[in-house]
Amino acid sequence: MLSGSNHHFMLDKNGIAKRIAREVKDGMYVNLGIGIPTLVANYIPDGVNVVLQSENGILGMGPFPYEGEEDADLINAGKQTVTLLKGSSIFDSAMSFGMIRAQKVNLTILGAMEVSENGDIANWKIPGKMVKGMGGAMDLVASARNIIVAMQHVNKAGESKLLKQCSLPLTGVRCVKRIVTELAALEVVPEGGFKLLERAPGVSVEQIKNATEGKLIVEGEIPEMVL
Amino acid sequence: MINRVVKNAEEAVKDITDNMTLLVGGFGLCGIPENSISALVKKGVKGLTCISNNAGVDDFGLGLLLQTKQIRKMISSYVGENAEFERQMLSGELEVELIPQGTLATRCLAAGYGMPVIYTPAGVGTEVAIGKETRKFNYNGEEKEYLMEHAFEADFAIVKAWKGDTAGNLVFRSTARNFNPMMAMAGKITIAEVEELVEVGGLDPDHIHTPGIYVHRIFQGENYEKRIEQVTVRKRN
Repeated sequence: MLSGSNHHFMLDKNGIAKRIAREVKDGMYVNLGIGIPTLVANYIPDGVNVVLQSENGILGMGPFPYEGEEDADLINAGKQTVTLLKGSSIFDSAMSFGMIRAQKVNLTILGAMEVSENGDIANWKIPGKMVKGMGGAMDLVASARNIIVAMQHVNKAGESKLLKQCSLPLTGVRCVKRIVTELAALEVVPEGGFKLLERAPGVSVEQIKNATEGKLIVEGEIPEMVL
Repeated sequence: MINRVVKNAEEAVKDITDNMTLLVGGFGLCGIPENSISALVKKGVKGLTCISNNAGVDDFGLGLLLQTKQIRKMISSYVGENAEFERQMLSGELEVELIPQGTLATRCLAAGYGMPVIYTPAGVGTEVAIGKETRKFNYNGEEKEYLMEHAFEADFAIVKAWKGDTAGNLVFRSTARNFNPMMAMAGKITIAEVEELVEVGGLDPDHIHTPGIYVHRIFQGENYEKRIEQVTVRKRN
């Protein structure tokens, strides 16, 4: 069971989303990025009341519409058709980023290509290969006090994405607070370093060490995630 | 009341000429001025600089003006869904300036509010900050660095609203509002196309999003396609 079959234990995208959902607290206004962060909405526990912000101008975003009820004028920041919950509001893009800069939005959850041990994040450009743009990510990471990154611990070539220093163009500096990957939940500590908080089910501290290029801080017994 | 009505898109864009800078409203394909974009394609003006959050898709929105190579430079925050755009950018045919979405919105706002610059933390420490003035400010109990960004200066703004009246007052619908109100405020000349044009008195003054003072030309558009980029639905139980 030990050799080579550990993939079996790693979290999938929904597992990562489920773990992050535990960080979402009652009363929060939350901005969810595209990809895994969007899935977090599916796992917010009953009784935890949050308001989802979509930076194209929604507070109180609801689930996808029923078939046939989609509205071309009502989309989320990922350009997907969505619905509005009771009590929602619509506003323009300037106000949307106004509430983000003014730190009214309590929690930002987004994806990343790389994160460094001092909390820098890169997620908008691979020079010469991929340039999609930063969208609202630079505004979000520059202003949010609480930023959680959902990402893969290693890339397809098996190289760590939790680094001493980012190699890709940065989206923001010293801003990431927490990271959840297929292997672990980690905290970026102010003095620099990834402090290991929890292991994904069946994943060993050794595996996480091997997959982390930046400074990994392991203090005491590291609990396994409860999902 | 001043009458801002023009006959159609062709008349609205008649004096847009080569090498002008245009602000174009919309987020993705949501709330884009479809009629005016078609009129610009027909008119064939070239060398345009377009400031718009996105660049449309290959065969719709600003993608239509890219296909015909009428755009020289795009200023956007996200351009992920357009293969022709990517090809022109990587080959160097198209100049592209990518800027943070909130910066884009707020630079429009600054133009409409009569403020020459804004300070924003977005992009500090990244390549967006290269060559820009920075300053430290205390805000919300924290000292941080901010980038100085300039208000946009654009020859024309072209926006799309749901309803408008003959005096140029605009009402937007749902998330088709997005960048339209602040772009409307930011143009030297602003063109608004609307789904429904009503007489003055037909809109409740309390419900107007953009006052007509910012809108110089208004017309009722036709044949709106309102294409959806990503139809996402859930099944009924």
